[in-house]
Amino acid sequence: MILVNKETRVLVQGITGREGSFHTKAMLEYGTKILAGVTPGKGGQKVHGVKVYNSVEEALRENPSINTSIVFVPAPYAADAVYEAIDAEIKLIVVITEHIPIHDELRFITYARLKGTRIIGPNCPGIISPGVAKVGIMPGHIFEKGVVGIVSRSGTLTYEIAHAISKAGLGQSTCVGIGGDPIVGTDFIEVLKLFEEDEETKAVVVIGEIGGSMEERLAKWIKEKRYSKPVIAYIAGRTAPPGKRMGHAGAIISMGMGTAESKIKAFEKAGVPVAKTSREVVGILLKYV
Amino acid sequence: MKLYEYQAREIYMKYGIPVPKGEVASSPQEVRRIAEKLGSPVVIKAQILVAGRGKAGGILFAETPEEAEKISRNLLGKKIKGCVVKKVLVVEKVQFEKEYFLSITVDRDNRVYCFLVSRRGGVNVEELAKKHPEDLLRVNINPLVGLLDYQIRKILSFLSLTSNQKKDLYKIIKAMYEIMRKYDCELVEINPLAVTTRGDLIALDTRMIIDDNSKYRHPDIEEPEEEYTEYEKIAKEKGFSYVELDGDIGVIGNGAGLTMATMDLVFHYGGRPANFLDIGGGARAERVKEAVKVLLQHPRVKVILVNILGGITRCDEVAKGIVAAVKEASVEKPIFVRMMGTNEEEGKRILRSAGINVYESMEEAALAAVKVVR
Repeated sequence: MILVNKETRVLVQGITGREGSFHTKAMLEYGTKILAGVTPGKGGQKVHGVKVYNSVEEALRENPSINTSIVFVPAPYAADAVYEAIDAEIKLIVVITEHIPIHDELRFITYARLKGTRIIGPNCPGIISPGVAKVGIMPGHIFEKGVVGIVSRSGTLTYEIAHAISKAGLGQSTCVGIGGDPIVGTDFIEVLKLFEEDEETKAVVVIGEIGGSMEERLAKWIKEKRYSKPVIAYIAGRTAPPGKRMGHAGAIISMGMGTAESKIKAFEKAGVPVAKTSREVVGILLKYV
Repeated sequence: MKLYEYQAREIYMKYGIPVPKGEVASSPQEVRRIAEKLGSPVVIKAQILVAGRGKAGGILFAETPEEAEKISRNLLGKKIKGCVVKKVLVVEKVQFEKEYFLSITVDRDNRVYCFLVSRRGGVNVEELAKKHPEDLLRVNINPLVGLLDYQIRKILSFLSLTSNQKKDLYKIIKAMYEIMRKYDCELVEINPLAVTTRGDLIALDTRMIIDDNSKYRHPDIEEPEEEYTEYEKIAKEKGFSYVELDGDIGVIGNGAGLTMATMDLVFHYGGRPANFLDIGGGARAERVKEAVKVLLQHPRVKVILVNILGGITRCDEVAKGIVAAVKEASVEKPIFVRMMGTNEEEGKRILRSAGINVYESMEEAALAAVKVVR
């Protein structure tokens, strides 16, 4: 498993909000160790038994073993929350918040990379290592402990494919939702590097979609590096019209760039099989593991 | 949010970027008055948001105020590339010798701002990148450091300019970057930046796109009326993420990726999706009802396919919403539902007792929907 394991100790930023509180409960039920929450001005309260602090610094002073933060703070204030976590030296920050201004994302992601902090997201479902912990908003029961690493730009589509993988008896080592925005903190290549070093992971499923060229860069990298584990790709948006945002801010074919065809072609050139339907992913996987 | 040329032009002017003299007008009389005031031949430019309006007849020239009035009478109200021209920008006609291209964008893959400069202006930049890459210069700007002087010098030396022109361009480049940051832009573009016969630099066309997620920071900017289809407007008002396609199978899903995958599956089985409609996460019955009603009303939609993967979205709520929509609607259309996850059994029971087809997998549901139309 990668990123999230039994050592994971979580801080929830924006814990008193509707989403923050709801998912704190779901994460606790899944077995995630949540040590503290932060909402400025709400220090001293408790949310599902988790103590709330006014600042990240305060939360860490009393809970020095926190090593991961999950951010539910609303978009206009999300950047501030992320900077606060970076400056408090938390090294893994999962940003769930959608609709964060793109210039804010550019700056806090650049800052995080300079400081050696890993950001997952924004606008993502988070990370789950089945049976161990989830730092995210995905329905836990769909996932089963196993050998397939999943990395995805989408939420529910990941659940769909993970469910099929679970039903086939393969299960997942870790699933990472990297987010649906044009700018993300951690890209496909970085997650595949982690999966390569992870012994439990026997194969990797990449769930991409239209927009940008992250899939094309990944395909090129897989070929050049001679990636050691089987990779199976699925690309959503073959039927998406150009110039239209398909739900995610990053899912847009602009100026002829970012089409599904371009991504599929790149993967095929790199010898990565591309499933035509989500069900086909499992069929291909079974040939490898 | 794309701005009209005239809106971007006003902002550019505020930042000291030279633009041709002129004003925006919405009637032929106004056009005439502006042309009289300018006292020179004019260019009349349709204010629409789609690219390539020049080739489509959206940019016209007039020698006299009378001619300007006559031309604009035809142009105003005309449909160009699907957009109705409601306003025109009337500017003095500028004689120029050279054209350049300048733009700043967000480079999503490298996570930087990217300044693009070309020695060939007035043309489509994608084409340019393919045909004349040697005439294109890219300068990446670190978002924390900002635009540096050495980078501007690099741009200045890429173009053959006199020292006075270089001084002017320096100011224009700085102003463009400032606009990019101040207005949370995805794009700030001058194409072309012309060198006039007198040797002055002037921005002949001004484009700006503001990041949708940053709109709340710019309440002073009037949002242009984009050309949405009737049903895109209805769905947008109700807060759905909706895109219209040209097929006949209506698609509803929860989550952007899953909804796209459902469309793709319809296509894979030989059907044609009519739309993309994402109800988002955690939708309650009322919201689902509204979504289904949009597609029930849509004349092109012959059958509706709903694909729900329940997590925070509850299948029983979705089922209640679908049943309510069917009851309230005056039209009948076959509906195929696939649901899985939270409260799945209850959801399926509600649908079955209302006589609605419900399936285990998205493949089965999509196939059944496609069969009806074929």
